[in-house]
Amino acid sequence: MEPTGAAVRARGWGWRHAGRSRWALRGLDLDVQPGERVLLLGASGAGKSTLLHALAGVLGGEDEGEAEGGLTVDGGHPEERRGRAGLLLQDPDSQVILSRVGDDVAFGCENLRVPRDEIWRRVPQALAAVGLDLSLDHPTAELSGGQKQRLALAGVLAMRPGLLLLDEPTANLDPGGVGEVRDAVGRVCEAGGATLIVVEHRVNVWRGLVDRVIVLAPEGGVLADGAPDDVLGREGARLAESGVWVDDRLPALPPRRARADGVGEPLLVANGLSVGRVAGRTVASGIDVGIAAGRALVVTGPNGAGKSTLGLTLAGLLKPVAGELRATEPLARGAGPVPHRWRSRELLTRIGTVFQDPEHQFLAPTVRRELEIGPAALRLPVPEIAARVNELLERLRLSALADANPFTLSGGEKRRLSVATVLATRPDVLVLDEPTFGQDSRTWRELVAILAGLVDDGSAVVAITHDELLVRALAGGELRLSAAPTEPVAPSIGRPR
Amino acid sequence: MSLLATPSRSGRRALPVNPVTKLACALLLSLALVLSLDWVSATVALLLELPLFLMAGLRPRALLLRTLPVWIAAPGAAATIALYGRVGGDVHFSFALATVSDGSLQLALATLLRVLAIGLPAIVLFVTVDPTDLADGLGQIVHLPSRFVLGALAGLRLVALFVQDWRSLESARRARGVADRGRLRRFAGQAFALLVLSIRRGSKLATAMEARGFGASPSRTWARPSVLGRGDAVLLAWTLVIAAGAITSSVVAGTWNFLGR
Repeated sequence: MEPTGAAVRARGWGWRHAGRSRWALRGLDLDVQPGERVLLLGASGAGKSTLLHALAGVLGGEDEGEAEGGLTVDGGHPEERRGRAGLLLQDPDSQVILSRVGDDVAFGCENLRVPRDEIWRRVPQALAAVGLDLSLDHPTAELSGGQKQRLALAGVLAMRPGLLLLDEPTANLDPGGVGEVRDAVGRVCEAGGATLIVVEHRVNVWRGLVDRVIVLAPEGGVLADGAPDDVLGREGARLAESGVWVDDRLPALPPRRARADGVGEPLLVANGLSVGRVAGRTVASGIDVGIAAGRALVVTGPNGAGKSTLGLTLAGLLKPVAGELRATEPLARGAGPVPHRWRSRELLTRIGTVFQDPEHQFLAPTVRRELEIGPAALRLPVPEIAARVNELLERLRLSALADANPFTLSGGEKRRLSVATVLATRPDVLVLDEPTFGQDSRTWRELVAILAGLVDDGSAVVAITHDELLVRALAGGELRLSAAPTEPVAPSIGRPR
Repeated sequence: MSLLATPSRSGRRALPVNPVTKLACALLLSLALVLSLDWVSATVALLLELPLFLMAGLRPRALLLRTLPVWIAAPGAAATIALYGRVGGDVHFSFALATVSDGSLQLALATLLRVLAIGLPAIVLFVTVDPTDLADGLGQIVHLPSRFVLGALAGLRLVALFVQDWRSLESARRARGVADRGRLRRFAGQAFALLVLSIRRGSKLATAMEARGFGASPSRTWARPSVLGRGDAVLLAWTLVIAAGAITSSVVAGTWNFLGR
């Protein structure tokens, strides 16, 4: 009944994406025995994801890129072994294929020509294995991120793969969702003999579940390979340096400086604020909060509590549904007390917003032009624009990418660029939606140092986040939203009344 | 995005009808009714279509809301024809290019009835179609290539995300300081950004589908059987009655005019 594990073998294998001069991965020699559970680590850009896609047989043909050496699953080319390997990807939203839970799980089986009766025997089993207790007719659009990820896992499990490939399956999930997916994978591993290969930045999530850790070297080949404790003990420092989250080597919190003058001066004040994206649909209400110069405010709470909507409202991008959001004169500087009525250009120097998905805010064909947009909209003199852009490129390690298209950057680079575009116009208030989501520890460190520095220099920073470490690093007030009426938790900040 | 909402399967009528049959019947009715532009065939068709509306399994309120576009479009089209349609008989009113005559009024009435007779059943047949069931039918009964059918089905889900993406892009542009001027250019830029975003999403979805073995073998099995039954026979038979009734009655009444003559 249960599938037997698949064997993986790589000999001098490499892959280069079409149109790139650099190999994504090169000179890889690797053997994974049936039933082994492997955590695959490596710095960003070491080709981990490419390897998983190749093993799943979805890298594509010659027009997608060029391969060298050999890579086999159970002794055959992965493309001919499609279905032997099941791949779970990072983004929960792009993995839902059909509109009902049962149909979605059945999709993979249909493609593998599993007979109908057998499909409907497997579907409930797979759903049970991932702990999704939903009717087969349940609409997939109504699932949370963690549920969608478990649904996709169920779809993969129903195919009975001998090789389970997980590509950062928890990077886009809140802590609750991370636990759900990890536990589901854990149950599956207990039950069956499938070979498991996981790619993930956060080692501690998977450490207890795997029996082998392989670290890919950025320049190609394998850097370290062995039992988890051995590899992490030996390579921990180097891994942490390259961006891997190793639980006993968490990044140091940035040192905080004595604060500048004018700290605590209120800039934005919300009284009984209700927020919603669509008129008449309030997602959070009764919010009383103050945002003050030189202070940080973190907004926390479960998914769906209205955190992002509150962020957009505080940023002057959404009209409040009810209640009041007022900008004080030090922030408004003549633009009036109502942020959502400000002109787009007036927002630039007052409130900057970093969106959860950086791709939403990219407008230009190159990184440099992207950074110039804000200062140019302010009609700053050309030398001033160039000076600001160069300084930011330097500071956020983007100089080498100045002429690259923003969409082609890696996740961490995109995040740094989206923050830089906002810094370019030097707003008094910064609103960031999940700035550290899915980031490796190196990008995390850099981002947090910048944010802490901004606060210490007298800016106000509002961060919407699930990240406990970020909450600690910013050391500001916390506003916790819940499905129920909201209450601020200590320490309450800058609330003039 | 009510158009894309998934109708509940439990709300099915006692006599299930395959979506493929509904599609075929809607096409058949339109074909029969565009052949002639006269008021008799349209009126007869509308009367004969009444049982169809009653048996569709829609609440009156839902029926009215869904068909609202037709109720708006039909008088609109009729008014245009009344003003600018072919002049004939007595002229009642004339201003610039607009001329209202007996002939144009008659054409207007025929148009009004015809838009209703074609539009209402098409909507009634389609709002009760579940996209997944239609894809199953097109794959198993019409034998269209499954790659095409399922690709389109999965892509349809992405359309629902358009509205969400559009709003995000709009906010982002405001935040970036470029939302004050050039409304038209901004719209064009934003539409392009939406296109780029959709293509990226589409390619991610394609990878996810391939990761589940989509396209791994030329054939596939179907988890949900798509069958034709008594309900399909009844609907098809009644559609033929409507088509034949409409054409026959207008020929007998002498109002038949092939493609408006």
